[in-house]
Amino acid sequence: MIRFSEEQAMLLDTAREFCQKRAPIDAVRQAIQAGQPLDATLWQTMVDLGWLGVTIPEIYGGLGLDLADTVPIFEAMGRQLLATPLLASTLAAQVLIANGSDDQKNQWLPKIAAGQIATVALTEANGAWDADQITARLNQSASGEMTLTGSKAFVLDAGVADVILVSALQGESLRWCLVDTGELPDGAIQREVVIDETRRSYSLVLSDLSIRADQILPGTAFKKIELAAMLLITAEMSGGLEGVLAVIVGYLNTRKQFDRLIGSYQAMKHPTVDILMGAEMTRSYLYHAATVWRDETDLAVVESAVRMAKCCASEQFSEAGDRGIQFHGGFGFTYECDAQLYLRRALWSQYQFGDERHQRQKLSALLF
Amino acid sequence: MNENEISEFRSDVRAWLQDNKPAAPSFLLPETFMEVGTDQQFEFLRRWQQTVYEAGYLGMSWPEAYGGGGQPQVMQEIVNQEMAAQRVPFVPNTIGLNWAGPLILDMGSEADKQRYIKNILSAEDIWCQGFSEPDHGSDLGNAQVRAVKDGDEYVINGSKIWTSLGSYAKYMILIARTSNEGPNKYAGLSFFLAPMTADGIAPTPIKKLTGEYGFCQTYFTDARIPADCMLGNEGEGWSVAMKTLMFERGAVGGQAGGLSMMDLNINDIVELARRATRNGRPAIEDPLTRDELVKLVLEAKGNAAMGSRARIPALGGTYPTAVAMSAKLRSSELKRKMTRFAVSLQGANGARYISEDALDGGKWQRSYLNSFSGTIGGGTTQIQKNILGERVLGLPKS
Repeated sequence: MIRFSEEQAMLLDTAREFCQKRAPIDAVRQAIQAGQPLDATLWQTMVDLGWLGVTIPEIYGGLGLDLADTVPIFEAMGRQLLATPLLASTLAAQVLIANGSDDQKNQWLPKIAAGQIATVALTEANGAWDADQITARLNQSASGEMTLTGSKAFVLDAGVADVILVSALQGESLRWCLVDTGELPDGAIQREVVIDETRRSYSLVLSDLSIRADQILPGTAFKKIELAAMLLITAEMSGGLEGVLAVIVGYLNTRKQFDRLIGSYQAMKHPTVDILMGAEMTRSYLYHAATVWRDETDLAVVESAVRMAKCCASEQFSEAGDRGIQFHGGFGFTYECDAQLYLRRALWSQYQFGDERHQRQKLSALLF
Repeated sequence: MNENEISEFRSDVRAWLQDNKPAAPSFLLPETFMEVGTDQQFEFLRRWQQTVYEAGYLGMSWPEAYGGGGQPQVMQEIVNQEMAAQRVPFVPNTIGLNWAGPLILDMGSEADKQRYIKNILSAEDIWCQGFSEPDHGSDLGNAQVRAVKDGDEYVINGSKIWTSLGSYAKYMILIARTSNEGPNKYAGLSFFLAPMTADGIAPTPIKKLTGEYGFCQTYFTDARIPADCMLGNEGEGWSVAMKTLMFERGAVGGQAGGLSMMDLNINDIVELARRATRNGRPAIEDPLTRDELVKLVLEAKGNAAMGSRARIPALGGTYPTAVAMSAKLRSSELKRKMTRFAVSLQGANGARYISEDALDGGKWQRSYLNSFSGTIGGGTTQIQKNILGERVLGLPKS
């Protein structure tokens, strides 16, 4: 059963209009060309719209809504391939809300709501998805001094972030550490080359970085954060699917071969309908997951719903991107064809936080 | 009805169904009204419909004057749900109960209602449908069976196909061409409540891929039917047929109710995967089989989520008609995949067929072969994709 709140409906309308206006495909390409600098004006507008504070409690300067209420924003951004630090900052806020002390929340949540950029470092260079594969360590010397050592990968927007929430093992248990980027040595953050050129992705290499006790979060919730990441990436993918479908339908309705519009050929039409079905199913799973996220307290139920959504989105978006290239023929093989932007976005999204095969493996244990 | 009355009624119905559910017969029952293939199956199901009707659980919302129950529709809906939940057999006169019956109540004469309605409910008169033709599978508007007026009769020539229950039916809802004039192909069509007993009507059973008989090709050779069995006026057949399809698809209420097919749920497949063995152990323990099962469960749950989202207009998106227009495509393809997978769960025994040695009497093998009626009937999956491509995505015609 899917429920959709007034807040979500309003955000959906606003976000669609905003993203369409602010991120036409030419602007996306120009940003790639320029090396994806942070668009400060755009970012400030998003801050002014209140998007950074949607999930942040009112006492910390936010709107105090549910993460599910941000789903329409991410869907709208995904539709236009708009990459901003909203994903990173929203996830970082979830880490703090779920795990931070009052002081930590007081210090950082109002800043995040006001537009300071925060991000999360979970995945490591081995590319494993599960949190039990984390090897970064929080060590304590005999004198009680703590240091953080490890290599993180795919840290979104780390290069423009003020703070990074780093996951690490302390003894046997996983912890979150608040790391101020101003306190990092030069070279700790390095830009990574990733397949989706709209992303600002970084590695983070920490070697015996001193950590004070007040940098360690008391809470140890990890699964909910991973699931939050999956939910938001799925929202982007749902939008991306709609975007690539529009590119395909546009081409099928204008390109002629053998004196006929290529959309009249069933070899093109039928798989395009399959993509439509995939997009419709992804969107349904997405809003189902959002509903469950808001209404359900049993984490296993939430996990099933979110993994089903991520599974469907990963499979359908990457397939739609793949077919999108093929259907453009020779043009599809060129950088100029917009289908590649979607395929490359789809591949990035597919492999972050578990592709469809991984999700099915998890679901197999959750479903029966 | 208030909440208490509803739940009291529901438990009454459940108790009655549990007490009166017929014992499983020695032969394999069909799973839908379209699959009734032997006299034995037909008589068993007809008796069951009589029993249900006599208990007052069929046509509950139809007028009492014609044999209905004169009760609120919600009661019939509760009965329908409970019949599905209790896994009782279906009632066979579906075309009468859910298509022809509501049509007659909606636009038939007083005499029509007196003559037809009660016997539809009691399964005294079985109804069939004469829409599709051998050369016009997916193109109903192009129907070519001729109806020529001669005095107070129409003379019918041609043939209809896929006539479910054709051998048992007393009446047919028939669409036939009364004229080739008119602005378009639709204008020449008329709609009849045709007696199957007229001379010159020959329903000929068709043997299906399952080896069973389940429907007929019905030949009309100078068959004379009374002119007053026309429903609506001459030339209005297309709009009456469209109205019938609205009832058929459940788009408008007014159906007599009752179960018309055995529901196949994804949980049945999961349960089967626990019971069936592949290579010496439960199929569900095989990792590759599990993965396939997860895919199917995801497809089933995804379809349910699509239905749920379609009820929220704000989430309609770019193509708001996509979900509703693809419902038949998705559900029929899923059923085909589920039944095909069900056969694959059985190891070497997947090669068995209807017999005592087969798992569940060979029901899954037969279900798989029968599932093509869903992916072919009512417009093939391929035609559905053309329709979706053209009407939903706005692609050029093929």
